[in-house]
Amino acid sequence: MTGFGYANLLDLLGCFVTLSLLSVGGAITTVPEMHRFLVAQNAWLTDSQFSASIALAQAAPGPNVLFVAVLGWNVGMASGGGPANGPLPWALASAAMAVSMVGIIIPSTTLTFFAARWGQRNRERPEVRAFKQSMAPVVIALLVATGWLLTASHGNLQQAPLLWVLTVASALLVWKTRIHLLWLIGAGALAGVLGLV
Amino acid sequence: MPNLENPPVPLAAELIPPSLARPASLVALFWAISGIALQGFGGVLAVVQRELVEKKQWLTTEEFVEDWAVSQIMPGPNVVNLALIIGDRYFGWRGALAALAGMLTFPLFVVMALTIGLAGIGHLPAVQGALRGMGAVSAGLIAGTGIRLVPALRTNAMGTLACALIAGMVFIAIALFRVPLAWTLLGIGLPAFFWALHCIRTLAAVPQGQP
Repeated sequence: MTGFGYANLLDLLGCFVTLSLLSVGGAITTVPEMHRFLVAQNAWLTDSQFSASIALAQAAPGPNVLFVAVLGWNVGMASGGGPANGPLPWALASAAMAVSMVGIIIPSTTLTFFAARWGQRNRERPEVRAFKQSMAPVVIALLVATGWLLTASHGNLQQAPLLWVLTVASALLVWKTRIHLLWLIGAGALAGVLGLV
Repeated sequence: MPNLENPPVPLAAELIPPSLARPASLVALFWAISGIALQGFGGVLAVVQRELVEKKQWLTTEEFVEDWAVSQIMPGPNVVNLALIIGDRYFGWRGALAALAGMLTFPLFVVMALTIGLAGIGHLPAVQGALRGMGAVSAGLIAGTGIRLVPALRTNAMGTLACALIAGMVFIAIALFRVPLAWTLLGIGLPAFFWALHCIRTLAAVPQGQP
């Protein structure tokens, strides 16, 4: 686990820059490729460190892409010898975190920025209008499907019935009421701590 | 025949009401997006819809769905793209940067604090359970937000029947058959695009003032 050093920062940057441009549907869609690069190919993280990094970032507030920051941080921290090993691992972890975030964010946002501007300038063109009109039902269905997949990843209806109840109940509450979303998240956390789901 | 579905509406671009309000300044935009990002556990989209469309009314539901479509089709984190597009709309590139900074700055501090603080206890059953429960709820939030956006399809040029068909096929492909997104977009999105183009051209050919 000591494979990662400052000389590898460029490799890390290259990996995330490439994945940034390929991450249609969100950075989370490139997780299998990140796993291949960080765990299988370079052994900078173990399997469980990798999964724990993603789970932790999912539970934190903010965009899901922050799991990349946690991955980068843990790569540096693990290779530097852990948090108790003086300032060295902290510096390496900070550098790896910054490089990872810059790599995953800058390319895709730059591309989106210019594409959205082009679309806005040409919004009266039939092709642009057709694109937006045809994508509306597609992206709405994608949201519902994403919710489905996220819960299905924990098990099917027989294996985890209460988890599905929790998902469906929160979907209904979001749809039909204006209850504050943080109450729902808190209730989910509580149900989990109590071992109900 | 799409125009038989809903004859009066589909000159959509002209009929969509303009959004009602806008952020007062770059700083106001930054803080609004920061507040939204910090409330977004397991996904920020539900909060963006609540805050920007329903409370602040910076966007109509139709504009939101259009911007979301662009955000989702372009590579990169979807809500980050969405914030960028909204910021750019109001204040140009400086707005895009302010929105980007708002979306990432404070959540980055929080997630790093959690990473450092939870380093030793992440494996405890209670922590694992909490993560699982929050995950199930945030899955519901994403799905529920999708359902909430359905009314935006009423003004769609393709007609409600085509929209329902497309949405149904996408859900089945992604959720039930686990078809990769790229193939779903090619197989369903591309035909839908040409159908929409056909509908828009047909409607444009109808002289103004006639049904």
